[in-house]
Amino acid sequence: MTLILGRKRGMTQLFADDGAVTGVTVVAAGPCVVCQTKTDEVDGYNAVQLGFEDIRDKVSKKPLRGHYKKAGTATKRFLREERLSAPPQLAVGDTVTVEQFQEGDVVDVVGTSKGRGFAGTIKRHGFHRGPETHGSHNVRQPGSIGCSAYPGRVFKGKRMSGHYGAARHTVKNLRILQVDTERNLLYIKGAVPGPRNGLVQVRTAKTGVKKG
Amino acid sequence: MDLIDNLEAEVCKRVPPKAHVGDTVDVHYLIREGDKERIQIFSGTVIALKGRGIRRTITVRRIVQGEGVERIFPLHGPRVQEVVIMRRGKVRRARLYYMRDRVGKSTRVTELLGDKVRREREQDTADQAAQEAADAAAAQAAEKTVEANETDTEPVEV
Repeated sequence: MTLILGRKRGMTQLFADDGAVTGVTVVAAGPCVVCQTKTDEVDGYNAVQLGFEDIRDKVSKKPLRGHYKKAGTATKRFLREERLSAPPQLAVGDTVTVEQFQEGDVVDVVGTSKGRGFAGTIKRHGFHRGPETHGSHNVRQPGSIGCSAYPGRVFKGKRMSGHYGAARHTVKNLRILQVDTERNLLYIKGAVPGPRNGLVQVRTAKTGVKKG
Repeated sequence: MDLIDNLEAEVCKRVPPKAHVGDTVDVHYLIREGDKERIQIFSGTVIALKGRGIRRTITVRRIVQGEGVERIFPLHGPRVQEVVIMRRGKVRRARLYYMRDRVGKSTRVTELLGDKVRREREQDTADQAAQEAADAAAAQAAEKTVEANETDTEPVEV
């Protein structure tokens, strides 16, 4: 069980002893409280549910308030669960901190990407731009979107303009370079989805990790 | 203050090395040879300053055996020991990339002279002395507290 909830606080860089510079994202994670545990017999699957960051009761929804009351914790802003292969070791009310992570651990980070609104095909799908000069009016246009009388329609799934961003995104296999247990900070190598102060989930990498 | 600014303030050098575009500088850079470490000096002209805070870098250009060599040094990097300004330069650009197209005499930069430079240099040396004095005082204070702690703990040990 290695999930923790937190907020992305921004990016900076770290110097290694040999002078090498690494870009890192600082995530202020935890302490989180276990709000519910789920087991195979009762719920059909094993999981642990964590809550992060206290909020005023007034801000939360009434049914959720009941849920937190049942767990005996303060009302939380961010509630997420992690599926487990075995029945959970943690009990309701336990706290989870960054201490469960170590330097060198490989993690996945789940967050909500920055919203781009209604974006064109260049930004949204990485299409190429048309020529800007020589009388061209086809600078950021998508180009042809299909054939003529046969098939006589546009194929489903054709990449076009539309809403882009503000969606759940996972970045896999990022390495933890530093753990600050005093201030509850994780230094994660590379970039993480979302804006500064966006809520993120950090969990042990599910794929791509060499065993042993 | 923002958290990131605080974290960077902890990691960065308190007094970052000074350099201006056009200056001729000696960069004292720590290199590793096997398990020995020694300081290598790279001297050349600063042709660009980039970044702010902990990300600040200087690009130093020099001609080695007729071939232009440029190195980029992060000013807050642990390997950059010191940047010594040998000569101030009088330039009218923020980036001296035109130096890359030049060879021989035309690569020279006019020396910046005058009262302002002299005053700045005096100020720098004064600052440095003050800093060293402060450091020494801090070290002494730290030593004293250590001593005090030792005297505190002695009766307990006995």
